[in-house]
Amino acid sequence: MSMQLEQSPTTGDEVITNYTINFGPQHPAAHGVLRMVMELDGEIIERIDPHVGLLHRGTEKLIEHKTYLQALPYFDRLDYCSPMAMEHSYVLAVEKLLNLEVPLRAQYLRVLFAELTRIKNHMLNMGSHVMDVGAMTPNLWLFELREDCMNFYERASGARMHAAWFRPGGVHQDVSLKLLADIGDWLDTRLPRLFEDAMSLVVDNRIFKQRNVDIAKVSKQDALAWGFSGPMIRAAGIPWDLRKAQPYDVYDRMDFEIPVGTNSDCYDRFMVRVEEVRQSARIMKQCLAEMPEGPVASTDRKVVPPKRAEMKSSMESLIHHFKLYTEGFHVPAGEVYVATESPKGEFGVYLVSDGSNKPYRCKIRPTAFSHLQAMDFMSKGHMLPDATAILGAIDVVFGECDR
Amino acid sequence: MPVLHSAPKISSNVGVLDTLAAALGSKVVASKEEHGEIVLTVARDEIEEALRILRDDHQYQQLMEIAGVDYPSRPERFEVVYMLLSVTKNHRLLVKVAASETTPVPTVTTLWPNAGWLEREVFDLYGVIFAGNPDLRRILTDYGFEGHPFRKDFPLTGYTELRYSEEDKRVVYEPVRLSQDLRSFDFMSPWEGADYVLPGDEKAAEAATPPPVVEKKVTDTKADTGAGEKANDKAAEKVAPAASTGTVAGEGQGDPAPVTTGKNEPGAPDPTGSRPDRGATGGAAAKEGTGPAPEGS
Repeated sequence: MSMQLEQSPTTGDEVITNYTINFGPQHPAAHGVLRMVMELDGEIIERIDPHVGLLHRGTEKLIEHKTYLQALPYFDRLDYCSPMAMEHSYVLAVEKLLNLEVPLRAQYLRVLFAELTRIKNHMLNMGSHVMDVGAMTPNLWLFELREDCMNFYERASGARMHAAWFRPGGVHQDVSLKLLADIGDWLDTRLPRLFEDAMSLVVDNRIFKQRNVDIAKVSKQDALAWGFSGPMIRAAGIPWDLRKAQPYDVYDRMDFEIPVGTNSDCYDRFMVRVEEVRQSARIMKQCLAEMPEGPVASTDRKVVPPKRAEMKSSMESLIHHFKLYTEGFHVPAGEVYVATESPKGEFGVYLVSDGSNKPYRCKIRPTAFSHLQAMDFMSKGHMLPDATAILGAIDVVFGECDR
Repeated sequence: MPVLHSAPKISSNVGVLDTLAAALGSKVVASKEEHGEIVLTVARDEIEEALRILRDDHQYQQLMEIAGVDYPSRPERFEVVYMLLSVTKNHRLLVKVAASETTPVPTVTTLWPNAGWLEREVFDLYGVIFAGNPDLRRILTDYGFEGHPFRKDFPLTGYTELRYSEEDKRVVYEPVRLSQDLRSFDFMSPWEGADYVLPGDEKAAEAATPPPVVEKKVTDTKADTGAGEKANDKAAEKVAPAASTGTVAGEGQGDPAPVTTGKNEPGAPDPTGSRPDRGATGGAAAKEGTGPAPEGS
C-alpha cells in the first residue's frame, strides 16, 4: 500500500473566507456570560463583536423604585467580586447630596474594608487570569486568601459576599477589637507568605510571560481616548489613581504608592495588580494603627437610625427608627457624579434626586463597559488564545458590566 | 455652605464655570454649580463642537460616561449627560443636552471611540437617537426586545416574561402575569399631597360630587293630593297634662300622665320566666291572678 498525499484544499484558485465563531456565552474563560462573535482568519483575530447584556437585570430601574437605603444592597450584586467597593461610590454620592459628615472611625473602617475588598478582588482576578493562560496551582492558593477575606467580611457584617455594610452616614455596625487584631495578624503573616509564594510561581514563569508580554499593547493616548481607568490606565504608564488624585474618606492621610506599567501589555496589567495588593496591605496596616475610637455612623438621626438599646428608653428614637425604615430619609434635590477607585477602575454613580425619598435616577458607571468595548481594538491581529489573556487582564465581571 | 461630606475632592471649581461658559459662548444654554458639580447645558446641535473645544482646549481628555435621564413632563423629555474628566487638571464636568424621541443628538464617536457603546446604551434604554453613530444597535436588552425599558412610563415588570417550556422544548415568551400586584409604596402623607383616592375611600369621592338632579323635588300642595282640611282641631291640642309642674307632656322632657279610661284594655304580656321563688313579676294578668300559675308551684 503506497502512501497517499492528502490534497491541500487551497490549491487552485479557491479562496478561504474568514470564519466566525462564538466565544461564550458559556465559556469558562469568558468570566461570566459574555458572548463574543469572533471573525477569524485562520487563528488570527480579525474582528471581535462582544455581545453584553446577558446578565442585564435593570438594576438602575429597580433602584428608582426603592428608597435610598433599600437601593444599597443592589450595589453588592453589581460587581460581586468586590461588593464593598461598589457600595462605597453609592454612599459617598448620597452623602454628597446630603452634605453629611461621617465620623472619623467610620471613614477609617471604610478605607480598611475597601482595601480588603481590593485584595479580595485581585485574588480572584489574578487567579483566574493565570488559570486562563494555563496555570492551576496559583489559583488554588489565591482562593485560600480570598476565603480569608470573606471570613473577615462575615465577621464584620454577617455576610460573606453581599455585605451591605457601608451605609449613608458611616457603616452599619462596629467591628470587634479581635477582628482588627486578626486582620493585623493576617496582614503580617498569612497574606505575604501565601501571596508571595503564589506570585513566585507566576511572575517569572516563562510560559506566563510568553502568553502575556506584548499582548494587547495600548498607547497612553488610546488609553485616555477609550476611557480606561484603574489598573488598565496605570499599566499604560499614566499614574492616575482616584485614591491619590481625588481622595475620599481618609485616603488623603494614607501613605502609599501607585504602581505604573512601562510596556502597557497584559503582563504589566497583571504586575500592577500584584503591586496594588502589597500597597493595599500597607494602607490597611496604617488604618489599623491610626484608627480612632468613636461612633461608626453619623449621629444625624434624620439619616442614620438609632441603636436598638436607645429605642428601649426614648420615644423619639423609636419614631426615628420607624420613619427611617418605612419612609426612609429624603435627599435634597440635585445631581452629583461620584466616582471612586474600585479594584477594577473608576466606578461612578450619577445620582439625580428630586427631593423625595427615592432616587429619581441612579446611573451606574461600570468599569468593564469601556474596557470591554476596546476588546476589538486590543485583540485585532492577535491569536485566538490571546483573547483569553486579554480578557483576563481587563478584569471583567458581568454583574457590573451588564447591571 | 461648608463641605462636610467625605466624597472625592477634585480641584477647585472657582472660576471654572465662567471660563468654560466664555469659551463655549452661545453654545451654552444654561449653566449652574450645585453640590460641587459644574453642569453645563449645551444646545443639542452644538454638542459635538462644544465637547471638542472642551477636550482640545480645556484638557478634558476622558469621556467617562453618558447617562440618559427621562423627565416625561418636559417638552423635550430626555436629558443626555456627558461626564468628562481631566486627568491633567484633576477636574470633572457634566455636560447636558436635551432631546426628544424624534430629535437626534449628534454623535461624539468622532471625539472618543468609547462613546460608541455609551450612546448605544442610551439608545437602547431610552430611545434617544444619535445621528452619525455607525453602530447604533441595542446593547443591554434581549435580542429582539421591543420598547425602551428605562423610560418612566415603561412598567417595572416589563411586558413579556420567558420560561422554559417542557412541551416545546425551548424557551417561550409570554405576556407578564403577576399572581399578586407589584407593590409600589407611596410615602406621601394623605394630608400633605396625595392626589389619588385612598383604597376603600372611593365612595367619598362620589359623595363629594352628587349626580345632577333631573326633576326638582317640591312639597305637594293640597290641590295636588286632594287632601281636605284638618280633620279635628283637637289633634293640635296637647296629648296629656304634665305629671309634674314645669314641663308640658308632648313637648319633650315630661312624662305623659297616666289616664284612667275605664275600659278593659289588654295588659302587659305574661311573664316568661320560670323562677317560682321570685314570684310574680308584673303585668296586668299577674296582678289580677287570672294568669296561669308558674310551673311547679
